[in-house]
Amino acid sequence: MTVLAVSNLSKRYRRGGKPFAAVDDVSFEIGPAETLALAGPSGSGKSTIARLALRLLEPDAGRIQFEGADFLALSGAALRARRARLQMVFQDPLAAFNPRSIVARVLDDPLRIHGIASRSERPRRIAALLERVGLDAGLAARAIHEISGGQRQRVAIARAIATRPSLIVLDEAVSALDVSVRGQILELLLDLQRQERIAYLFISHDLGVIRAVAHRIVILDAGRVAESGDARTVIASPQSAIGKALVAATPRLNRIKTP
Amino acid sequence: MKRLHRFFQTPEAIAGALILALLVIMALAAPLLFPGDPQAIAGPALLSPFQHWSLPLGTDRLGRDVLAELFHGARTSLAVGLTAAAAALLVGAVVGTMAGFAGGLIDEVLMRITDAFQTVPSFLLALAFVSIVGPSLGVVIAAIALGAWTGPARVARAEVLSIRERDYVAGARVIGMHPLEIAFREVLPNALPPVLALSSVIVAAAILTEAALSFLGLGDPNRVTWGGMIAEGRTVLRTAPFLSIVPGIALVLTVLGVYLAGEGVVESTAVRRSLS
Repeated sequence: MTVLAVSNLSKRYRRGGKPFAAVDDVSFEIGPAETLALAGPSGSGKSTIARLALRLLEPDAGRIQFEGADFLALSGAALRARRARLQMVFQDPLAAFNPRSIVARVLDDPLRIHGIASRSERPRRIAALLERVGLDAGLAARAIHEISGGQRQRVAIARAIATRPSLIVLDEAVSALDVSVRGQILELLLDLQRQERIAYLFISHDLGVIRAVAHRIVILDAGRVAESGDARTVIASPQSAIGKALVAATPRLNRIKTP
Repeated sequence: MKRLHRFFQTPEAIAGALILALLVIMALAAPLLFPGDPQAIAGPALLSPFQHWSLPLGTDRLGRDVLAELFHGARTSLAVGLTAAAAALLVGAVVGTMAGFAGGLIDEVLMRITDAFQTVPSFLLALAFVSIVGPSLGVVIAAIALGAWTGPARVARAEVLSIRERDYVAGARVIGMHPLEIAFREVLPNALPPVLALSSVIVAAAILTEAALSFLGLGDPNRVTWGGMIAEGRTVLRTAPFLSIVPGIALVLTVLGVYLAGEGVVESTAVRRSLS
């Protein structure tokens, strides 16, 4: 049983008149409560894959099966309803929210749109969501720009889990946070995965973070899969050139390898 | 409070606000100070200003009180200027948002319609519209808005094109929000500041267009307007120039006031933007 199965996914762009493949024949699967990491240098197609999987972009070729159904066949209201099960957390927690909104509205939207709670019930749900991600319920009335970056990313996670998804795409979700906050957010994500059995598509260029949270890894190079497998095994002895380069570029891992 | 404080930093903004305040007081006080019909005969015809204590600005050709007409004319100018500008901004913002957010065919169609309206001089458009439909206050407002919504539409579209690529719009799609709700609740409010910056120019132009229409006899005949007063005074321009000069000065001051106050608002919000 897989949550998300992507096969032969391709997406081409035109750059300076010449077509180039941002994503070229990429396939992978994610099981329930599993974390699959997508790693690779910038421009390797990680974020494009995330946006394709979420139907924020349309692929040129390939198939996306989500929870056993053809995700690319959906459109309109059916697609919007399905989106409840497939959520995303963005890299920049400030850019991910309407600059005019307050925390309560951010969390109210998914509950309202998917009819998860009645109007009178929602404030209680919002408070519960905030507490679930380790925030004070009193934060609900604050404006998005008034809270800290770490708090904002917790709100983003609360928004993502509001609709009880089976998969959350984390697009560099901890890369913009400082180191101490990053650890706490990773802890929260692991805890949510254990409790709610949420699968993660974890996009990162940081192999250190990937080794700490991911079960499996797919390393991308120029839109193609360079290698994939068990996260610890691949990071310990990468076979592809790009894998070796990524490991060499991660200082913490280097130090472990050369005592 | 802070914004208000910043607004009153420049002398231009203060001058503009004072003129506008005076105008609003004039418009509001008109029915109290000059009850009854301002177009009724109040004294001997063509009385010069400062001759009679009860008619300080004199009378026109038909013996109507110029001061009363001036006060009541402020009501028309303000009502037409503000309503026409509000209508133009509303229509422009909605059309621009739809075009920018939907893209593709909808964008093409809406922007070609905008082009069509923009290529016709807005005054001719207003003139043609009023001559066909007939002069009344509502028609004059619609006619002016008809020529003024294209600017806001273009600015709104340009702003929306940049906003729709932001992460929070993608975020709204991810939580399953309806595209119309995304366009009008997430995108439009954030695209508004540069659109609203146009409002002072549009209000000023609307007041002038209304005066020009009235001058040509296409204003609402049941209302006193400054343009109509100037037209009325034209026939006796040599013997009683004050009949055209007084409403002319009022018109110039009003447009100046609107423009200065508008500039002040843009200045103060610009400071706020660069600080944040």
